[in-house]
Amino acid sequence: MIATLTRIFGIKRLDQVEDAVQDAMARALRLWPYQGAPDKPTAWLIQVAKNRVLDQLRRDSRLTETTDELEIPIGGEADATFAAEIRDDQLRMIFTCCHPLIPEDGQIALTLKTVGGFSASEIARAFLAREPSITKTITRAKQRLREFDIKLEMPAPDKLQARLESALKIIYLMFNEGYSALEGEELVRTDLCHEAIRLCDLLAGHPVTGAPKVHALGALLLLQGARLAARCDAAGELLLLSEQDRSLWDRAMIGRGLRHLRKSAGGDEISDYHLEAEIAACHSLAQSFEDTDWPRVIDCYEELLNRKPSPVVALNRIVAIAKVDGVEAGLAELNKLSENRTLRNYYPFYAARGELLREAGNKSEAIDSYQKALGLTSSEPVRRFLMKRITDCGGKGVGSGE
Amino acid sequence: MCQIKIYGRRPVTEGIHMPQYILLLREAPSDFSNFSPEEMQQIIGEYVAWRIKIQAEGKFVGSNKLKDEGGRHVSLRNGKARVVDGPYAEAKEIMGGYFVINAADYDEAVETSKGCPHLKYNGWIEVREIEPVPAG
Repeated sequence: MIATLTRIFGIKRLDQVEDAVQDAMARALRLWPYQGAPDKPTAWLIQVAKNRVLDQLRRDSRLTETTDELEIPIGGEADATFAAEIRDDQLRMIFTCCHPLIPEDGQIALTLKTVGGFSASEIARAFLAREPSITKTITRAKQRLREFDIKLEMPAPDKLQARLESALKIIYLMFNEGYSALEGEELVRTDLCHEAIRLCDLLAGHPVTGAPKVHALGALLLLQGARLAARCDAAGELLLLSEQDRSLWDRAMIGRGLRHLRKSAGGDEISDYHLEAEIAACHSLAQSFEDTDWPRVIDCYEELLNRKPSPVVALNRIVAIAKVDGVEAGLAELNKLSENRTLRNYYPFYAARGELLREAGNKSEAIDSYQKALGLTSSEPVRRFLMKRITDCGGKGVGSGE
Repeated sequence: MCQIKIYGRRPVTEGIHMPQYILLLREAPSDFSNFSPEEMQQIIGEYVAWRIKIQAEGKFVGSNKLKDEGGRHVSLRNGKARVVDGPYAEAKEIMGGYFVINAADYDEAVETSKGCPHLKYNGWIEVREIEPVPAG
């Protein structure tokens, strides 16, 4: 809605449009419980919000455009066209919010606010940030829009690929924020994941933006998103992939993810998203953790590493190697990695090492490793997880080990 | 008497077999400024779902939203009508609107009210049985 109205009134009136949408929703909230929702709720809301902005503009007597220019076709015979228009408006808005001249955190926050309808306080809750700082981030992003006179439009064909890349990155980060952050309000974080999936679907469904890598990202998000409900046990404690109850995985989402994966095979480019989606698919298709097609998983991780060194990917590869070549082989690979400076302060490194040592039956060294990890993270769910492992190995779950 | 459009199947007073109850939805005035559009959409969804549910169960008779303003208070003072604008902005509580429902007894009417999302969002509901109009 914000996207449609901003197209009509211009990105410079984004604040006014946001207020008008807020008002229209409040009006709907007062009326619809008693009168039922109208046949075309979105059209109704847009009309009410639009009138509201028009009233303001008239009152401000700064209305330079003629009202004719501000007319939009709503409802009536062209429902399909209307739906398509709304979709296109949202796409334009995504591209505008993800403009490279806006800092990355601003891109995410602005997209969530204007395309997703999240409030600053919800975004703050999802990001474990304070509300005023999120508000500031959004304000700065809007200032950028004005300063650089960024228009609400689809990128020109020659810029589309680059701009699509940054939009995908933002969607990817948005999803990860919801998926991987272990603290923060569960409900809002799940919303974040679903919003990322929705935006990706939007891009994937459009003839111009529906590139194979967009489908690849869609596949990745859906296949991972399918595991959302299985990530914690009944007590809310963290579960590793190997410990999850696979019957809790969302079959419908996996189905949608696999459909995207098929469509992603359409081009000659293999993006990072392709590789990550393939790994996710290996997990989704496996009956159990043991049944996973580990050699294929290793291939994908190795290809990802060739493209871009990443400690997370390196660690995941080693976990897969331990599955295929045995725990000792995994530990040997880990030792090679320990030269790496970044990894020395990276708790997952010690946590993974602890897991492998524990599997190898070397409990005392496993405890050491878990305790090193414990000294490097302040995340409560992770700390609880590590303490439990330490107690399981017969150690005392206190101290940092440093 | 002026005609009020009731958003439902039939006017309140027409041929009644089952007892009818009026649910008066009371609440503190609010502009919902502390809710995001996303949250409001979700709340609307809850209300609409409740409405559809009681319709499907044949309990729903009608409902109306009252305008969000203070209305007028009319009284007699020394034999003369006195009209005062009702307070809205300052009021601690207003009546947002009402539902008329079918229910076998108070227990059922109260049970239906309990499902109304209004209770979750800082409102309360006054349930009153409507005196039936004798046939003929």
